[in-house]
Amino acid sequence: MSVEFDRKIKSTLADANLQLAIYTATARLKDKRIENVADDILPDYQELRTHANALKKHAIENLDHYLEEFERNVEAHGGKVIYCKDGTEVSDFVLGLAKERGAHLIVKSKSMTTEEIDLNERLEHHGLESVETDLGEYILQLAHERPYHIVAPALHMTRYDVADIFTKHLNVPNEVVIEKQTAIARSVLREKFLAADIGISGANFLVADSGAVVIVENEGNARLTTSAPKIHIAIAGIEKVIPRAQDLATFLKLLARSATGQPLSVYTSFLSGPRRAGEVDGPDEFYVVLLDNGRTKLLPDRSKRQSLYCIRCGACLNTCPVYRKIGGHSFPWVYSGPIGAIITPQFMGTSHEPGLPFASSLCGACGEVCPVKIDIPKVLLELRSDVKKAEAREKHGRIEKLAFGIFAWMMTHPRIYEMAGKIAAAMAPSDGGWIRTLPAPFNIGPVAAWLSQRDLPPPPAKSFRDMWRQR
Amino acid sequence: MSREHILHRVRTAIGRSAGQPVADPPPVRLRIPDVPLAIRISIMLSRIEVLAGKAMRSDDPLAVVAAAIEGKTAIASNAPFLRELGITTLPGVRTCITDRAELRDLCATCDVGITSADYALADTGSLVLLSSPQEARMISLLPPAHIAIVPKERILTGLDELFTVLPDPASQTSSMVLITGPSRTADIEQILVRGVHGPGQITVIIV
Amino acid sequence: MAKRVSLFVTCMVDQLFPKVGIAMASVLERLGYQIDFPEDQTCCGQPAFNSGYRGEARTVARHFLKTFANSEAIVVPSGSCTSMIVHHFADLFAKDPATLARVHEMEKRVFEFSTFLTEVARVEDVGAHLDDIVTFHDGCHALRELGVKTAPRRLLSHVRGLELREMQPAEECCGFGGTFSVKFPELSGAMARTKIDAIVGTGARTVVSLDPSCLMQIQGVLSRAGSPIRTMHLAEVLASR
Repeated sequence: MSVEFDRKIKSTLADANLQLAIYTATARLKDKRIENVADDILPDYQELRTHANALKKHAIENLDHYLEEFERNVEAHGGKVIYCKDGTEVSDFVLGLAKERGAHLIVKSKSMTTEEIDLNERLEHHGLESVETDLGEYILQLAHERPYHIVAPALHMTRYDVADIFTKHLNVPNEVVIEKQTAIARSVLREKFLAADIGISGANFLVADSGAVVIVENEGNARLTTSAPKIHIAIAGIEKVIPRAQDLATFLKLLARSATGQPLSVYTSFLSGPRRAGEVDGPDEFYVVLLDNGRTKLLPDRSKRQSLYCIRCGACLNTCPVYRKIGGHSFPWVYSGPIGAIITPQFMGTSHEPGLPFASSLCGACGEVCPVKIDIPKVLLELRSDVKKAEAREKHGRIEKLAFGIFAWMMTHPRIYEMAGKIAAAMAPSDGGWIRTLPAPFNIGPVAAWLSQRDLPPPPAKSFRDMWRQR
Repeated sequence: MSREHILHRVRTAIGRSAGQPVADPPPVRLRIPDVPLAIRISIMLSRIEVLAGKAMRSDDPLAVVAAAIEGKTAIASNAPFLRELGITTLPGVRTCITDRAELRDLCATCDVGITSADYALADTGSLVLLSSPQEARMISLLPPAHIAIVPKERILTGLDELFTVLPDPASQTSSMVLITGPSRTADIEQILVRGVHGPGQITVIIV
Repeated sequence: MAKRVSLFVTCMVDQLFPKVGIAMASVLERLGYQIDFPEDQTCCGQPAFNSGYRGEARTVARHFLKTFANSEAIVVPSGSCTSMIVHHFADLFAKDPATLARVHEMEKRVFEFSTFLTEVARVEDVGAHLDDIVTFHDGCHALRELGVKTAPRRLLSHVRGLELREMQPAEECCGFGGTFSVKFPELSGAMARTKIDAIVGTGARTVVSLDPSCLMQIQGVLSRAGSPIRTMHLAEVLASR
């Protein structure tokens, strides 16, 4: 793994306050999820997962068809679809539109897709003001930090951190009461909503048969973002498309429960086109940006393409024993947790962070909770194989490759395996107790790594096969 | 244009050609439980209470609303139903606004927004509001309190029934919103705070 | 007709925890099984597979298929090794239809130990006696890939003198994960210590599992912490009289 990855993991593990914050926040989310998908509350939970997986599989395997259907229906309802291959094209579109309309102020609701392309930075670089309106994202924007978690972006911050951030950036007296902090944000952001020229949102689902964008939230900031300004731009990855509005009956039952344990989040918006004739409010212009940004790289592999089924609920993060220790900022890209571990190497290439697919004990808890049944451990294992194949091609990691070559040879030559076992047992200290330290030259590599955290078992006097032979 | 480029990449990756027909998607899955109206109402009422909203049945919604908005300013939607109930002529209530800017300014300053609802979902305690000339978006969004008056026949069992009676919301409206309780966040230390951007108080009167 | 089983003890039991293999054999013999131990056995190949070396894993897997070609039933004192054989050998040979057919055929004959007892031998009371307060650690492969949850608990419930207490939180990874434990040692150690907290919280004196690798991780951390809590493999508990 890279030095950076190693360093970030170690420093997060060493920060006791952060460990407690991550662990308790994820525990809450995990427990609420479990409560709300229990047999007596959602008896058809497993069936819904199977159906959701089948719907996503079908949509991805026929993606071009559904994108085109989506586009036709957006246009039929008075909206417009723009396909963008990367962040530059997205910002070019937004900047171009803003210029044409004389727009200066943009309000944004939460969208991991826009984090992926650093949209705010690009827009601000060109003189637009783009304000995050989700409370957690707003705090992060002021602090110039990345989200810590897909659903709970400021999970790592305390009320004291928030108080300092608000005092520093908003020039308000230091306020540590959470309700009052929320009220401060509400009042600042309300002004922005009402003055904004453009509202930019993400989309949880793109509904092909309706040309509609579905947005799921608790605060109301996405509703305001998409209803108050005269222009609404929804930015979403191409993989978000689902075939029919009726499929939402399946997906919506899974999304909020998996994310926060709520049966439904407070607001579920189904938006299609600008306001219709006679409607009193709503935007005059409605755009949907369909973003590739590398998603087409994940499509060809028939097994790994299931990574694109993700509905960004965050359940895998909350249940992952690794995420719950190393937190969101240890990950090399905007997406963290198990889903981040499988999509990052596919978007960025395995050499971006070769250690990432290995930063997992393969416990399988993630796959068990994924509402769309992505087999995350399977994809991790395939990525591990990809990393090693790339290393072999580039002639890195030759020692490890050699070690496993020897392993395979030894394990197919039983007498050699036996002998190797006897030699190792003979060399190790044998007072019968578990081994705390070993002298040089043994305390290197994997042995040293093991011993840094725990004792080693004492080699037994006889192996099983010796004992068996002597029965 | 990126459209052709992206669609081409997609097709190449999944092995399809332009215009190639698509096999049927997995069948739609809608399971509507058989729940009598009286039970739907009682489930709805208890779900809203769990969400820290207020909910009640009433034969005299006018009196309930009058008491709730006493001494406050309110904006009522243009739903004829509200006019028929006499709500739009209560003191402090503005209504019949058809100008977007005027409506927005009122919603931003009023204490209470009053709407009807197109449907309600019993199992989640949700209101379903479709934007229309009768029902504007901002009324249930900007004021810090929201009162919704719902005819009991509109209470459905849940999402499955909603998408059965309304399989194509886009044909009717630019905005359908499911409202499930008061606005909330737990973004800071996972501590729950209500009324972040949307209304912090929600009252549902079933008639 | 005699009931026959072959033992696949796993490389870890063979070299580090032989008493687990002896215990498993003694329980099976007590139940009337004739046991053989194909001497050519070594490893299931999981370390190579999990580390991304599929070619090397295939080599070892082929050796397994050959060694156990004539075994009617193969009993394994490890959830992760069993899962490697019954779930992941198929991944290794997806492009080799002839071997894949042999793999699918082999999958039917390989059993994790507690599953073998409850579903093939159809016993839950093996006549064991152990005065102890224990907690059971569910190894992740057994739990999630093999669906093993109640079998070990049913077996333990019939052990005279034994009190079983459940951990809270339950079903969390011990942090071993094969080479993960040495590639990410601090992280692996942190996960293990969280598991130890849950164990200590039960007041149990012994941790029982059906996976030797989990036991090695847990015992290693307990020992480092100077804890008197000990670990035992399920087979050792069931062999106790």
